[in-house]
Amino acid sequence: MITIQNYVRAQSLEEAWQLNQNKRNRILGGMLWLRLGSGAVGTAIDLCDLGLDAIEETDEQFSIGAMVTLRDLELHAGLNTYTHHAVADAVKDIVGVQFRNMATVGGSIWGRFGFSDVLTVFLALDTYVQLYQGGIVPLREFIEMKKDRDLLVRLIVKKSPCRITYTSMRNQRTDFPVLACAVSCIGNEYRASIGARPSQATLTCTDNPGSPAEFAAFVAEHTPTGGNLRGSAAYRTHLIRVLTERCMTELGGM
Amino acid sequence: MEIKLKLNGRAVTASVEADTVLLDFLREKGCLSVKRGCDTSNCGLCTVLMDGKPILSCSTLAVRADSHEVQTLEGLQEEASDFVGFIADQGADQCGFCNPGFVMNTIALLRENPDPTDDEIRAFLAGNLCRCSGYDGQLRGIRSYLDSRKA
Repeated sequence: MITIQNYVRAQSLEEAWQLNQNKRNRILGGMLWLRLGSGAVGTAIDLCDLGLDAIEETDEQFSIGAMVTLRDLELHAGLNTYTHHAVADAVKDIVGVQFRNMATVGGSIWGRFGFSDVLTVFLALDTYVQLYQGGIVPLREFIEMKKDRDLLVRLIVKKSPCRITYTSMRNQRTDFPVLACAVSCIGNEYRASIGARPSQATLTCTDNPGSPAEFAAFVAEHTPTGGNLRGSAAYRTHLIRVLTERCMTELGGM
Repeated sequence: MEIKLKLNGRAVTASVEADTVLLDFLREKGCLSVKRGCDTSNCGLCTVLMDGKPILSCSTLAVRADSHEVQTLEGLQEEASDFVGFIADQGADQCGFCNPGFVMNTIALLRENPDPTDDEIRAFLAGNLCRCSGYDGQLRGIRSYLDSRKA
């Protein structure tokens, strides 16, 4: 279990950032690793007073605060209309309602977890991460960045003309995915975001996808997979073909 | 650290350690319906309502409940009594250990969606694990309660 000496509700992003420069301190997200994690935290920094728990929608974008929960994503009408319910589909099988009322977007994205449905679906959208020090960075660049002591403030999803669909393969409904797959078409670009490979999600893009089967084969060829207790690398590569073709067909592929 | 919250309608002020989890705090305050199950955010047994939303008290710091309202089954007996008899009638609670979590989450479900379909019930209660019953009993119990309201 993680032990904590002090707890501070930061009253500004600057205060949170300053506290977070001490390597013994840690930002709190949904706290769901509290019991499974280990180590001693000096000061737990809570962002819950900073108004980062809202999804703001404008004509151009969605701004999703770091403390927005996965349940908020699941129930947000505007976001799910824009994404054809793909965001709700991505999070609906994550453990249970209680868990999703706690898990935060900021924690999910900052962690860049291999199993993350959240990262997988947002990677297929025109998504940016706003960092307190690092500014606004495309999500596809953010996932390649080395973890540092910056703060993730919010996620920005541009309302580019988009079609997207999401699916995953799970051994059991509320387990981690064996493979997660989001396929989108933004402008002329077709994107396949493959998560739970079991490593962190990756993106494969092309302007000429061909048929759903051809696109699926292309994505499988360009997406490295590995094995763990949920499935072998070969099985995952097979799943990439199946799920990508299924998503592409649902998307109304070429 | 000092925290102030509303617990089952009563104002409570208490001193807690920074890493005291809400589950332990609530049990210390006499809310023994809140049980420790998996202790890893997965089984739903420790479900309580914070500001009306179901959460897992095993993975919530007590300090985060400061300035919030927390409800446990002890404070929701009347609301629960509407439907728990229907669940018992179906033999759903064999050992009964998972019951408080199921009841708390069912309260949250019926507040959010007073007339859920069977699939909606299954989806909402997916985060509550039961090692005895296979879940059909709970589903039948909630369904018969809902049907009784329409009769």
